[in-house]
Amino acid sequence: MSSSSSKHSTYGSAVHAEGAPVLDVSHLSAGYDGHLALDDVTFHLHTGERVAVIGPNGAGKSTLFKVIAGILVPLSGQVNIAGDRPSGHICIAYVPQRSQVDWSFPVSVADVVMMGRVGKLGPLRWPKAQDWNIVRRSLEVVGMADLSQRQISELSGGQQQRMFIARALAQEAHLVLMDEPLTGLDVPSQKDIFRILDDLRQERVTVMVATHDLGQAAEHFDRVMLLNRRLLGFGAPEQVFEPEILMHAYGSHLHFVEGEQGIIAVGDTCCGEGDGADE
Amino acid sequence: MSSLADFLLQPLSYAFMVRGLIAALLVGIVCATVGTYIVLRGMAFFGDALAHAVLPGVALGYLVGGGAARGDLFWWSLGTAILASLGIGAIGKSGKVKEDTAIGIVFAGMFALGIALISTVRSYSVDLTHFLFGDVLGVSTSDLWLTGIFTALVLLTILTFYKEFLVLSFDPILASTLRLPGNLLHYLLLVLIAITIAVSMQTVGVALMVAMLVTPAATAYLLTKRLPIMMALAASIASFSGVVGLYLSYYLGIASGAAIVLIATAVFGLVWGGKMLRQRVRQ
Repeated sequence: MSSSSSKHSTYGSAVHAEGAPVLDVSHLSAGYDGHLALDDVTFHLHTGERVAVIGPNGAGKSTLFKVIAGILVPLSGQVNIAGDRPSGHICIAYVPQRSQVDWSFPVSVADVVMMGRVGKLGPLRWPKAQDWNIVRRSLEVVGMADLSQRQISELSGGQQQRMFIARALAQEAHLVLMDEPLTGLDVPSQKDIFRILDDLRQERVTVMVATHDLGQAAEHFDRVMLLNRRLLGFGAPEQVFEPEILMHAYGSHLHFVEGEQGIIAVGDTCCGEGDGADE
Repeated sequence: MSSLADFLLQPLSYAFMVRGLIAALLVGIVCATVGTYIVLRGMAFFGDALAHAVLPGVALGYLVGGGAARGDLFWWSLGTAILASLGIGAIGKSGKVKEDTAIGIVFAGMFALGIALISTVRSYSVDLTHFLFGDVLGVSTSDLWLTGIFTALVLLTILTFYKEFLVLSFDPILASTLRLPGNLLHYLLLVLIAITIAVSMQTVGVALMVAMLVTPAATAYLLTKRLPIMMALAASIASFSGVVGLYLSYYLGIASGAAIVLIATAVFGLVWGGKMLRQRVRQ
């Protein structure tokens, strides 16, 4: 979705530098209360690519997302979004884990998607017809136009996830961070999500997905980032999914299976936060 | 004239009843609207605590004014409520103790101070009763003006920052990624709750305030899944409870604040019971 240029004051004031990488992280360390969750992490992303972030529980995936989103201040190192610090940008969308959302909150699907417009709207302005058009188009992209007036508690797990992607579209996000979007979804719903992510790639939206499913990471993503406090590997799936690299990250909690194309890792320690909310 | 019209109109021949009814209407609207956020954000304990924490300010105003200058009490309670709300907010953010523990400490301490201050006056049990349970029939015309002006101010602020409060209440992380001034908005909401409590002090009193903040909003929450409708419904239920409660108080000689809260609670009970019954039938 293209960025609309407007004169009124929005929340957030960062400008996008021409040619700067969408995300550039250098020597990043971050954590809480003296605990170092991320240690000296350096990488950068290309515009429009889709990256899976994997690693055991407590590997720092959520911390990384929070720093990139500009919610958490790093202890040291630098994060740049299109050449500027994250805290000024309103083009970063964070899709929360479904278990962290109050689904009984009295809002409709369209209300939630419209929330993505609030940053662009800025203070003292009400949504206009143009904003509702963007909301409608965003819901069409994720195939939920007919559910726009639904109360959010009436959605299935896959629909909940697609609604949040629509919100990221309405936000006109350039970088979308998704925390465990596939956990607890059945296979058809997961396929829907990947179809939508393909559409996002067409729009040159960069997507980072934290996941526990190594098979999916290998199959559906351009690059895989293996994290365990430090950055242990970042590259094409076949580069990262080397047994010794994975063993280094997961220790003995990983199971390997001899497959036709060599050794495949079939699972990690995660139990996930599956809440059983399936289609 | 029919007996029903008589029943309804007769109390209106007293100016204090008319003033009381208008006050109850306004207080119902402002409490329920602000209460919607309190219910959705799980801040009931904060609301209750803040209402109680206002007591020392009112008591001080009462002592300073010698009990005569009733109009000044509003400003005393407003000042105390705002200070206490910001204080509780700051302690909660400091992270040294859990927020509800901090609220408990401030609330009980302030309340004790209020009772201690009032107990220095000889006729204290009567005055204390008024502060605790309200004295809606003692509302003066100037009180009414203050109530009206501040009710309008609170509603206007909520309307102005409606979309921001919505985002902050539903998804604080989205609020930060959209770079909304989250802290400022949070404190603004606390101040709005403080103003609401100060406005409602004389009508419902300290002890029953939380009921006006929470009960009508909770009732509306059972009936709708849309925020603006929830606000309107809550305001209607609260105003209805205020008016009916006042009539009840007039005819049965019940304390007015208690009567209003009892009606609001009864409405909640009916709606909740109806919901449970429907659920049973469906299963």
